[in-house]
Amino acid sequence: MDTIMPLLYIAVFPGFVFLGAYATLIQWIDRKVTAVMQNRVGPPIYQPIADFIKLISKEVVIPDNADEILFKSIPYIALASIITTIFMIPVWGTPMVSFEGDIVVIVYLLTIPTVTFFLAGWSSTSPYSTIGSMRVMTQLFGYEVPLFLSFAGCAIIAQSWSVYKISEYFTQNPLMILVNIPGFIVALLASQGKLERVPFDTPHAKNEIVGGQFTEYSGRLLGIFLLAIDIEMVVLAALINAVFLGGLHNISGFFGFAIFIIKTLVVCLILTLFKVLMARVRVDQMVKFSWKYLVPVAVIQILIDLYIRLKF
Amino acid sequence: MKKKPLRLLPEAIKQLTQKPATSKYPFEKAKVYPNFRARILFESEKCIGCKMCMRVCPSKAIEIIISDTQPAAQTGPDGNPIPQKKKFDCIMNLDRCIYCAQCVDICPKKALKSSEDFELAQLDRTKLKLHYK
Amino acid sequence: MSKIQIPLGPQHPALKEPENFMLVLDGEQIVDATVNLGYNHRGVEKAAENRNYIQDIYLIERICGICSHSHVSCYINAVEEIAKAEVPQRAKAIRTLVAELERVHSHLLWLGVAAFELGYDTLFMYTWRDREQVLDCLEMISGNRVHYGINTIGGVRRDITKEQAEEILKKIKFLHERTSYYVGVVTEEPTFLARTQNVGKLPKDVALELNAVGPTARASGVDIDVRRDEPYFIYDQLDFKVITHNTEDVFGRAVVRVLETIESYKMIEQILKNLPEGPISVKVPWKIGPGEAVFRYEAPRGEDIHYVKANGTEYPERVKVRAPTLANFQSIPYCLKNGYLADAIITIAAIDPCMSCTDRAVVYDYKTGKKEVFDWEGLRKYSIEFYKKKGVSFK
Repeated sequence: MDTIMPLLYIAVFPGFVFLGAYATLIQWIDRKVTAVMQNRVGPPIYQPIADFIKLISKEVVIPDNADEILFKSIPYIALASIITTIFMIPVWGTPMVSFEGDIVVIVYLLTIPTVTFFLAGWSSTSPYSTIGSMRVMTQLFGYEVPLFLSFAGCAIIAQSWSVYKISEYFTQNPLMILVNIPGFIVALLASQGKLERVPFDTPHAKNEIVGGQFTEYSGRLLGIFLLAIDIEMVVLAALINAVFLGGLHNISGFFGFAIFIIKTLVVCLILTLFKVLMARVRVDQMVKFSWKYLVPVAVIQILIDLYIRLKF
Repeated sequence: MKKKPLRLLPEAIKQLTQKPATSKYPFEKAKVYPNFRARILFESEKCIGCKMCMRVCPSKAIEIIISDTQPAAQTGPDGNPIPQKKKFDCIMNLDRCIYCAQCVDICPKKALKSSEDFELAQLDRTKLKLHYK
Repeated sequence: MSKIQIPLGPQHPALKEPENFMLVLDGEQIVDATVNLGYNHRGVEKAAENRNYIQDIYLIERICGICSHSHVSCYINAVEEIAKAEVPQRAKAIRTLVAELERVHSHLLWLGVAAFELGYDTLFMYTWRDREQVLDCLEMISGNRVHYGINTIGGVRRDITKEQAEEILKKIKFLHERTSYYVGVVTEEPTFLARTQNVGKLPKDVALELNAVGPTARASGVDIDVRRDEPYFIYDQLDFKVITHNTEDVFGRAVVRVLETIESYKMIEQILKNLPEGPISVKVPWKIGPGEAVFRYEAPRGEDIHYVKANGTEYPERVKVRAPTLANFQSIPYCLKNGYLADAIITIAAIDPCMSCTDRAVVYDYKTGKKEVFDWEGLRKYSIEFYKKKGVSFK
């Protein structure tokens, strides 16, 4: 029994199966809400699954110049690193793994997919994917710092570097959530960059560089990549929920889970709203925007948090 | 220049309560206006075989030929044959037709007519060749 | 990082028609650009010589899907000039009406395309949804949505009834409201501004030197508009402003187009409120000429020029089309240079390119690698020899 339970955790809940199912649902909601806001009909609920099955069943084409082992293994690395993070984020009761400093581990694990996107583009050697992977890296320098700074603000005010303890602190002091609203907005905008969605979807802007870093990917490998991005959205929403919004409010069992679902949905809807209402910015404008606005706001947030911490 | 972030927000929120603008075409019949130009109809009785339509057709889609079956010759009361109007057939190549309806405009006897029948896609190409008798 | 050459097209998601732009990149910056035409050449000019004047209307209409009325009106005016046909006032008014409706639909289409190129899908969906109203108007008047076929030599083919006029006015009022809203979106949305301001700069003197036309030129402050400078149809009786802008960039081109749409609404209202009575067409003989004529026409994309030479038969001897995109293409390499790759698409889209209007054939000898452009005499000689080899003789 001791060996079966962790395997179930990894494979079913809150691991691969749950994340995959919830990610496809979130993707459908994202697409449907976008469609309704654009006065369109939108896809049926099974569309993301149908897309996934279609991609999985298609032929995989590998470019002649590409490094075959690297090219094939990258999507799985991206998926694995994203799924690993969910074990440190509270989904049902307490997280499976929780230790002082796990927020740093999460941020590191969430950087790995970005690096794999870069490697994916770079190893495909076509001009479009090369430019796409360059943009992935450039953009990484834009959003990574404000995202981590905004998390750091919460960590300072909660006096802990553990995601679970931070959410516990906000549960006990709900008013402190209001203090962190600027940091929350910074984190939302930065995660929009991390997820490579409009307005920060330059790495695979289809009108400019076709598929960007994924240009040469096809079939199963592309399907895994897209699933990884969908799951990344869920994980980021769960992380933002845990760090900024007080997580599950220490409610274990079903109601805690319901709170988790509602809150992550709200975060995802805000992300969808950003996507609907903005035009794509250029990669240099994106970096400029993050360093000109997001980083200062995040730093001010940290200063406010420090002040409150020392004063009260 | 004044900037307003999220300029489309009120409009996008408003759409949440509205029906999609998309028409569910194959399930809902598409509305066409009168004077719509679609498949050309032909009335053999009116045609005098002047072939003006063939002359103006930009895509050579229409062809007027003499019918295989002509009306039987009749004789008048004085025993002389009465000249009968020849009967003409029309071959429409719908795959070539560009639906400009110039033939309808030019026809001096109004033997050609536009219909509102625009769902003309076929899997079998031979079905696109219509022979009006 | 070394310079890389990146092909933009002929197959590219952002280009609606096949055309090739070779960009030399230094990182994200474009250091050099070349435009390669000719993927979409259809030989329309040559084909027009083998068809009579009425058949040519429908051939020339199909030069372009968006400015179909422009090309036909331009050609037909040239033919009528040779035939010395007096077109009735009512026909002229209906032609002007369709021309302005076409401008509205073309500019709304452009706004949607530009928004799409910027990843601003919501604006794209809204403009194209509202554009349906104009298409409905055009379908109501002419019976077709895209290739209206309203023109015929000597007049127009369909009349407008009172009810139709009222219906159009109603739709135009709705569109006026919507377009005013889009003016606000275009000039105030920060992400849209960030992507269009100071992008694809085309200073006034360069625009004049490179012969830019239409909204591209007007956005660079060049005050030209054939409708005002050399009025045709009933434009001399209409009251309208020529919109110019002085920012000389993509933003200016967007603003010029949106404001021009609003001017068009005003013109449509003026036309419909005083529609002259009378017949809608006159008879013109089949055989026209001899003679030749050039006509200038302000298409939605800019000045369109047609040259028709008649020789007294029912077939034209020569039809020459100078589409607005060909004039504006000269400015693209200039606009692209020193810009970013991300801006290349919107810079190209900003002139509202119509490749199939523009394409010219170039003979490329793959053995010697030599390029050659045929002149008229050379092409004629080549075609006669080509057909002689196939057993067709010309006398």
